[in-house]
Amino acid sequence: MSASSATVTGARPSGRAQSLIERLRGGDEIAYLITFASAATVILVTLLLVFELYHKSSVSRKAFGFSFLTTSIWDPVAGHFGALPFIYGTVVTSLLALLIAIPLGVGAAIFLAELAPPRISDGLTFLIELLAAVPSVIFGLLGIFILVPILRSVEPALRSVLGWTPLFQGPFYGVSLLSGGVVLAVMIVPFIISISREVILAVPGDQREAALAVGATRWETTWDVVVPYARKGIMGSIFLALARSLGETMAVTMVIGNDPKIHTSLFAPGYSIAAVIANEFTEATGDLYQSALIELGLVLFVLTMVINALARVLVATTTKKGSG
Amino acid sequence: MPASLHMMRRKVVNAVMLSLTGLCTLLAAGTLVFILGYLFVHGAKSLNWDFFTKLPTPVGEPGGGMANAIVGSAKLLLLATVVGVPIGFLGGVYLAEFGENMFADAVRYTTDLLNGVPSIVMGIFAYTLIVLPQRHFSTLAGGLALGVMMIPIAIRSSEEFLRAVPLSLREGAMALGASKTKAILTVVIPAAKHGILTGLMLNLARVAGETAPLLFTSFSNRYWSPGWEQPTAALPVMIFTYAIAPYEDWHQQAWSAGFVLLTLVLAVNIVARLILSKRGAAPR
Repeated sequence: MSASSATVTGARPSGRAQSLIERLRGGDEIAYLITFASAATVILVTLLLVFELYHKSSVSRKAFGFSFLTTSIWDPVAGHFGALPFIYGTVVTSLLALLIAIPLGVGAAIFLAELAPPRISDGLTFLIELLAAVPSVIFGLLGIFILVPILRSVEPALRSVLGWTPLFQGPFYGVSLLSGGVVLAVMIVPFIISISREVILAVPGDQREAALAVGATRWETTWDVVVPYARKGIMGSIFLALARSLGETMAVTMVIGNDPKIHTSLFAPGYSIAAVIANEFTEATGDLYQSALIELGLVLFVLTMVINALARVLVATTTKKGSG
Repeated sequence: MPASLHMMRRKVVNAVMLSLTGLCTLLAAGTLVFILGYLFVHGAKSLNWDFFTKLPTPVGEPGGGMANAIVGSAKLLLLATVVGVPIGFLGGVYLAEFGENMFADAVRYTTDLLNGVPSIVMGIFAYTLIVLPQRHFSTLAGGLALGVMMIPIAIRSSEEFLRAVPLSLREGAMALGASKTKAILTVVIPAAKHGILTGLMLNLARVAGETAPLLFTSFSNRYWSPGWEQPTAALPVMIFTYAIAPYEDWHQQAWSAGFVLLTLVLAVNIVARLILSKRGAAPR
């Protein structure tokens, strides 16, 4: 078998062998292989990441199965681990952040894209995008020493207006789900603004002209024509912001209060998935404890991946075709 | 006159809503100004030369600095660059020059995926790969975590800037008899050099502030950390530890560290973005 293939290639010495040598001398094959290997590394690293999270969480997955996600007792001493309080804290703070950040972000995006003169718009956008570059630990620092005192002084007002709802009851110590949500809101606003502004700018001018021509006011044109046209892209920016806030660690860890219980009130302390990993990972003794924390990491990974994928689909469809 | 009343109402709504959007913008931009101002006033106040040259002092003893954390951060960033940039850059070359196939699309998709991985999960990843087998925290593990985080942005920015090089330049080089590799090495990459380097600066500025992936990889250290095998202090981790500690003078140190970190990160961002906008290339 090997002899026959040797004669086949040997029969044509000039053809393939020579061209391979020539291409090697030009370096094209080598360059291709090196760059190909680097690109392939990205896929390998990602697969390895998923494998490690899955493999290293096996102890916890076998011990608790799906009840890991649905039980709410987190007791490292007794060896019982339920992730519900952390999932709850993560979701509540992120939703609260969206509730604050969406109106603020979309409003600012509308102003920057539709109203502000280009130079002012560019300058302000530059400033707001810098906000996105501020490290999260700095937001945490400001959260502890500025936001929490501010919230303490606003708390009586909030309580008197909204105190009849179960969301604003009970004692308030400063560190709380509320503080976590507000810090996250400040952190994600720049994302919503800069992406929404881009998709609004991408709306064709004739859409606006047509609306203005039939007598719509500036605001009606924006709100009833431009924004609906760009809505998928805006939704995309919101999902991206959501994915970021779900995975955000430091700022939340520093202000959420780190209490692994489910409280209805936003005034009460809570805990998020990322925060519990950050706080307890180094002191996790025993395979089960560590494995439970890694499984929390897996949950967080899956959660952010799904949201990110949705966001990318939405942004891609609008910037290419418009959502019509 | 219902018609004109209706018109009035529309005009009022128009004015109110438009000013509200302006208010939103002011609030968002104002936040940054406020953050900068507060950090500047609070952080610069207690910043002195000791901060850059001395080790942290034990609790209760005044003075001291974060020299070891500054060096630690620099070492971590160096390692991260060594891990992330070659893979990212070469991968970017592949996507830009050979990237018209299914495999390249798979790489692009995975890159986006990797970019969205929460930083704390990257910490777990580096922990399971290095800390767990070695049974101790190390600079190496922290550098790996940051390095993996650098890959996606390095790839995407390299691809973007290489693609921005006009086709005519490549064709010119190849018409002169250069092989594709030679054309890439001597014409395309030099033409995209500035963009790629600016992308690298932005990438570094981003991971320089990362705290979460370091908590259980490079951990922390109150002393110098020679070599790569020991736990090391890093500026962002110090900010975290000092901010949540119950000591007043530690809080002051945290503000100083925050001021230094933010100044570095923002300075790099401003310079990089100015360079990019001057060249008419898309930021990020």
